Amino acid sequence: MTRKRVGAGITRPLFCLSRSRAVQLIHDPVLLTVIFCVFALIGLLVVYPLVRVFTASLFQRGAFNPRYFLYFFEGRPYLLRPFLNSITVGVLVAVIGTVVGFLFAYAITRTNVPGKSIFRWIATFPIISPPFLLALSAILLLGENGIITKWLFSRFGIRWSIYGLPGLVLTETLAYFPLAFLTLEGVLSGIDPALEESAMDLGASKLRTFFRVTLPLATPGLAASFLLLFIRSLEDFGNPVVIQGRYPVLTVQAYLAITGMYNLPLGATLAILLLVPSVLAFMLLQFWVGRRSYITVTGRPSTAGLQTTEPYIKWPLFAGLVTLSGIILLFYGMVFYGAFTELWGVNHAFTLDNFRYVFSTGASYLVNTLKLAGIATPLGGILGTIIAYLVTRKDFPGRRALDFLAMLNFAVPGIIVGMGYVFAFNTPPIQLTGTAAIIILVFIFQRMPVTIRDGIAMLQQIDPVIDDAAADLGAGFFRAFRRVTLPLVAPALVAGMAYMFSACVTSISAVIMVVSAKWQLVTVALLHEVDNADLSQAAAYGVVIIVVVLGTIFLMDFLVRNLLGRWRHAR
Amino acid sequence: MPAELVLQRLTKIFRGRGKPVVAVDHVDLEVGKGELLTLLGPSGCGKTTTLRMVGGFEIPTEGEIYLGGQRITHLPPQRRPTATVFQSYGLFPHMTVFENVAFGLKVRHLPRAEIRRRVHEVLQLVGLEGLEDRPPGKLSGGQQQRVALARVLVIRPQVLLFDEPLSNLDAKLRVETREHIRRIQKELGITSLYVTHDQAEAMAISDRIVVMNRGQIQQVGTPQEIYLRPANAFVADFIGRASFLQGKVVAKIGEETEVELNNGVRLMIPYSFAFSPGEKVKVVVRPEGVDLVDPQEACDLVGTVVLAQLTGALAHYRIMLDSQETVEVEVLGALEKGLLAPGTQVGLRLHLKNLHLLPA
Repeated sequence: MTRKRVGAGITRPLFCLSRSRAVQLIHDPVLLTVIFCVFALIGLLVVYPLVRVFTASLFQRGAFNPRYFLYFFEGRPYLLRPFLNSITVGVLVAVIGTVVGFLFAYAITRTNVPGKSIFRWIATFPIISPPFLLALSAILLLGENGIITKWLFSRFGIRWSIYGLPGLVLTETLAYFPLAFLTLEGVLSGIDPALEESAMDLGASKLRTFFRVTLPLATPGLAASFLLLFIRSLEDFGNPVVIQGRYPVLTVQAYLAITGMYNLPLGATLAILLLVPSVLAFMLLQFWVGRRSYITVTGRPSTAGLQTTEPYIKWPLFAGLVTLSGIILLFYGMVFYGAFTELWGVNHAFTLDNFRYVFSTGASYLVNTLKLAGIATPLGGILGTIIAYLVTRKDFPGRRALDFLAMLNFAVPGIIVGMGYVFAFNTPPIQLTGTAAIIILVFIFQRMPVTIRDGIAMLQQIDPVIDDAAADLGAGFFRAFRRVTLPLVAPALVAGMAYMFSACVTSISAVIMVVSAKWQLVTVALLHEVDNADLSQAAAYGVVIIVVVLGTIFLMDFLVRNLLGRWRHAR
Repeated sequence: MPAELVLQRLTKIFRGRGKPVVAVDHVDLEVGKGELLTLLGPSGCGKTTTLRMVGGFEIPTEGEIYLGGQRITHLPPQRRPTATVFQSYGLFPHMTVFENVAFGLKVRHLPRAEIRRRVHEVLQLVGLEGLEDRPPGKLSGGQQQRVALARVLVIRPQVLLFDEPLSNLDAKLRVETREHIRRIQKELGITSLYVTHDQAEAMAISDRIVVMNRGQIQQVGTPQEIYLRPANAFVADFIGRASFLQGKVVAKIGEETEVELNNGVRLMIPYSFAFSPGEKVKVVVRPEGVDLVDPQEACDLVGTVVLAQLTGALAHYRIMLDSQETVEVEVLGALEKGLLAPGTQVGLRLHLKNLHLLPA
């Protein structure tokens, strides 16, 4: 290691800098231990499972044998079809969802349509509820025994099937357009109205202003929204497993290869084929959002400035909002209706039998879900906050690496996370398959990127000097964290944990790989009912899940309000 | 004075996305036991970074820090016998005044009664008794500042660090508080490192001042030395106001130095400067070191008023000399005498004792 003198050279090698940071760590053994443990956890539970997916796709019985990749490039349909199908669905969902989301956002930020808060509330519904509920609903409406299907056949003699591409695009668009809406609402309300006003002031028409000013300014947001929806569609498992029909997509085929055919190399190869486009899109998203900030964001959203009142713009948009919200309500309403019917498509008489079934046969699934999610949530919340704390407040060698690795699962589809856990923890030394622990770990580490992002956002609300002061007065890592940081982030942490709990309760894609006969979850039970064509019972499960999620969020809201009260007087 | 705190070749380089920034560049410094030493300089001069390295919040890129003979360069903050009063105080918003002050003692596992006694003692010292149960958010800025002070005093640190502790207070409270801080510091005899960009505050509070610029020490000295005999133009300009006149040393006679200005005027300065005859110099003129007189009377220089402003008790003038150099002048009692109008011819009489020479 060569050491240059500083005076002349600002070009000191980087490792000297980290050396001095490392030296300080040695003097702080507690912090050093914490960092070491976090690295070990991330390495074992995020990186290692992914590595096992890669090796499983490339090696067979210990020998290098990437034969399914070769088959893919040869164009064998059972590999190429799902790949092309996934990309097709992804692009369609991304385009349609972004357009719909933009119109939704434009109507809400740029016009004075009535009932904005109701529309906004309805649009967030698909985000907090299990997304595959939309697929279930689509089948209740448009499946073989669907209400609309039957009506069409009886009135017009039309035979039509929702299964396949139309169903995938319909359900995923409904499930993910709210993400586009939220992204673009932020972008549009961030554009300084003065820019649009001055364009019109200079003589541009409304239409010209829209195409020459508003749209270009929103372009980075549109790109971000497109990529986000593309990723979410690619990694969606719950909708396709219900509705893909004869249009196989990668997530489902990878799952079937492992659990149906026990063909691990094939499953792993399909997983990698899924991982590549989704990671590419993720990198592009980082690049785009990171490089081009929305230039005119002023931090003070001012939508009051410019709101279209021309009836020929406003009312068509309003009609669009009503239609879309109506469809969402219809879809969710159908789940409730279905849950109270005898036998969907045959006998629509009112009954409570489905709930009796859910609370008897399904009771253990429900209890398992609540128990495991209840264990995973505080662990994940605290661990995420600790990592966020380390990454934002501490300076140590490998900080950036930790940040990157901990966020890795954001770009990795859930089905691959679950598959990695199966590969990694199926045999000693760490044999976890079939246990509750593996489900809890999947819950924690699949959700990790979100909890860390929440944690960073929380910590940004707190003056870092407060942490400095705690250390300065003699508090070591744990005391400073427990006595100062944690109480200050508590309200935000409670909110974050409520969303994490909801996400665990509704999660399917990763955990479906690791559930076992002993530890079955309610979402998986719902899918089995759909598989058996017991749609009414599936709907009853869906209703129970929705009630749990809503209950959690209301409880959180109550808690935060009361917790916050204690800090109101604080600065 | 034995050195309590020693900084050796202390250097900090920040590497962000852009070019690396040398915030502190080979700073060597000794702070005596019981001394209050102030780091003074414009924003970005490295004074706060230096302080944060002493506190353990930044790790030096190079160099060492010794406290009472112990090397503390790489110790984390919680293991250093230093305590900091932060610019934004860093009070714990979820704790009461009592809990804030008691925090450092609880961390040290002192018995309850002892904590109680010491917290009350220190709250009395800073004049906050009776406010124990208030949350800091319910206190005025000045009171919050005193909680921050009490919180560090109570743990009896070996060195107190002040990071612009008064910058969030209004002007009147600032003066009051700095007197308060200085009194307590002297009473307890705590070695202190104080950071500020306010030269008046530095002059008023310090035993010695370190003027910094661009990460480097410009001068170390008592307030008088710094003001009267600045080491370079930066210090002269930063501490108080100063005008510079071109000149040349013509002779050195005993403890006196004779200087010739551009217009041929010769001045006899009663101080022995380290310049030899013939060397070009800058003559530093302080605004209060000039009397304005009728140009007909005996005077050193003649000029024209180009700017006249009344700033309360003082009148501020800018005088243009024949040599096209300008001199800033402040005159007391302008209200009685009336303000001179721009364009007026005036004579300047220089206080020779206050003149200072710098290399040209």
